[in-house]
Amino acid sequence: MRPLFAFHGGIHPPANKAQSTQLPVLRAPLPAKLTIPLRQHAGESAKPVVQVGDRVLKGQLIGEPEGFISSSIHAPTSGTITAVDPQAIPHPSGLPDLCITLIPDGKDEWIARQAVDYRTLPADELRHRLRMSGIVGLGGAVFPSDIKLRPLRDHPNKIIDTLIINGAECEPYITCDDMLMRERAADIVQGAEMLRFTLAAREVLIGIEDNKPEAIAAMRRAVADSGLPFEVLAVPTLYPGGSAKHLIKVLTGLEVPSGALPTDIGVQCFNVATTYSVARALAHGEPLISRIVTVTGNVHQPRNYEALLGTPLNELVALSAPLPDTARYIMGGPMMGMPLDTLALPLVKAGNCVIAASSALFPPAPPAMPCIRCARCAQVCPAELQPMDLYWFARAKDFGKAQAFSLFDCIECGACSYVCPSHIPLVQYYRFAKSEIRAREQEKIAADKARERHEYRELRIEREKQEKAERLAAKEKAALAAKPAAPATPPEDASPENSAQRKIQAALDHAQAQAAAVTPKNTVNLSPEQLAEIAKIEARRAHIRELAQSDVEHPKE
Amino acid sequence: MLAALLVMAGIAIVLGAVLGYSAIKFRVEGNPLADKIDAILPQTQCGQCGYPGCRPYADAIVNGEADINLCPPGGEEGIHKLSELLGVEFKPFGSDMQPKPKAVAFIDEATCIGCTLCIQACPVDAIAGAAKQMHTIIAAECTGCELCLPPCPVDCISMKTIGEDVGNWKWKYPLFALRPTSQETPLVTSA
Repeated sequence: MRPLFAFHGGIHPPANKAQSTQLPVLRAPLPAKLTIPLRQHAGESAKPVVQVGDRVLKGQLIGEPEGFISSSIHAPTSGTITAVDPQAIPHPSGLPDLCITLIPDGKDEWIARQAVDYRTLPADELRHRLRMSGIVGLGGAVFPSDIKLRPLRDHPNKIIDTLIINGAECEPYITCDDMLMRERAADIVQGAEMLRFTLAAREVLIGIEDNKPEAIAAMRRAVADSGLPFEVLAVPTLYPGGSAKHLIKVLTGLEVPSGALPTDIGVQCFNVATTYSVARALAHGEPLISRIVTVTGNVHQPRNYEALLGTPLNELVALSAPLPDTARYIMGGPMMGMPLDTLALPLVKAGNCVIAASSALFPPAPPAMPCIRCARCAQVCPAELQPMDLYWFARAKDFGKAQAFSLFDCIECGACSYVCPSHIPLVQYYRFAKSEIRAREQEKIAADKARERHEYRELRIEREKQEKAERLAAKEKAALAAKPAAPATPPEDASPENSAQRKIQAALDHAQAQAAAVTPKNTVNLSPEQLAEIAKIEARRAHIRELAQSDVEHPKE
Repeated sequence: MLAALLVMAGIAIVLGAVLGYSAIKFRVEGNPLADKIDAILPQTQCGQCGYPGCRPYADAIVNGEADINLCPPGGEEGIHKLSELLGVEFKPFGSDMQPKPKAVAFIDEATCIGCTLCIQACPVDAIAGAAKQMHTIIAAECTGCELCLPPCPVDCISMKTIGEDVGNWKWKYPLFALRPTSQETPLVTSA
């Protein structure tokens, strides 16, 4: 038996998982309209590659990745694109983002699916395939999986020892991974082998919290059937044991250092749902177009649905018949999920659960009281931070201090807020501080870039000026060298100033000679009357000149 | 008496030599304070402060020629940082110098005649184009300094405010009700 390790802190919130595991996963009916956001993953938004009016097939690429950290988006069913415009998406900001609207034609017609043998494919090709299949981490972070598979095989210094498949699912209410493991364990094991092969990992550990005995049994059966040397381990139920860093600690005893990645200590971790979609993508050629989502809480029939991405959440929730006293909805779990202002939002890759909340199930948080520095938050913090100090710094907007106290090691699990006797929304303060610090770093980078460009521009202007002067001087020299036999040119006149003066003098002489050569044609052959008139005009001019002269000498008082 | 004088003179010569040597050896190029100020300034190179760029403004502050409240793009936060660095009192912006929301220039490409005047005006080379060819702003490099607006003979450049979207959205400072109310607009205040 492999020894397990413990991480610091953690809490035991009521699990509330049994309600939604009574019924098998149901395939949600095809909705009348799908709204597919182009930003469903961490990193850059995908770029739409379809236009309004296009007919697309199920699994067809409709958004291609743009940038390094990005992923692709596919049509979840066959149908017609009716809009590519900003629409409401499930995001804490509540701001709209670019979405593709698809009206299904009901035929559910697949594109040509191409299965590949992962053992014969080069690692690059394999990663590209995952990227183009839109595979992202379905545990919540939606980080593109191809990047997590990236440098390892050909990086001699980083050997992946252990691949961890994360089936812990520690957050209350959520059971989508549980049901997936119960019903589709064989595919998960197949996906785990694909990931293990790509990473060249030595061992594979599948960690599942011990409150899911059926899932553990199903996975053990599937591993035994496959004959692969994977280990399925039941880990103690403790929130947030499903966080990658904490599951790694529990299973291997290794701690991911602050600011480092699991690969730095030779471990990589994938969620079970991600592993399943890797298997579907490689062995069946199916991109990520649907996911299992738990609908639970204050509903008649809590259960899991396999729904197409882009399915309106209100249609999904209606399948479970919410009870009349439902006041609001939460996407995700009660600890880390976000409240939804409306249900007219599409299901996204990150959407693992929708909870209908009534005031009986989720009583409104009592008003926040001042921090009494009881340090209960520090006792439960799984990242071993000092949440009360971080709260203080974040509240005072002392971001430098917050960073010095390892704010970025906070995983925002909410354990601190859960135990806080003063009901302070601590995580909100940490999120505020984190996003403020990130924004400042961005600004700093932009300012440094602007400074560099400005300095380079100044340098360039200076250089161009110098080059121009040099060019002129060179031209001058060349012109002089061209007529060395000129007798009027003494050798000491070769300096640029002298030559310039000489040139000016020559030009002046030339102008004078020309003026002398030209005689005005209107002053010859004049009649006596004309001569008399000219004399008169000349006399007047002389008089005026005289007056002006006297005015200048004796100005009027 | 003479011995004492010689000892003192000797010490003075030795110390003087050490000081003189270190003045050459450890000479600081430029003013480090100006570098620190320059690091705080937003590098828009907009010249709103009256100096031709952020670095000249930093130098002017060091020389005591310029006040610290002349940089609207840096915002009030910039003034706070400068006052902290320089140990002087915070000074609010004058009424004619208010920070504007961050914006980038935008060229109406149908109107642009390709005169290159804006390219010459841009302090950070953020405009791409050539003579008699349409110009365009490299939005990622634009600092929003507005220096390209006055030279444009056909007024085809406008400033577009960068709005909040899902990509650049930030978590807000937590605000919540002091006491729960059933009203539509609860009494909100900071904690």
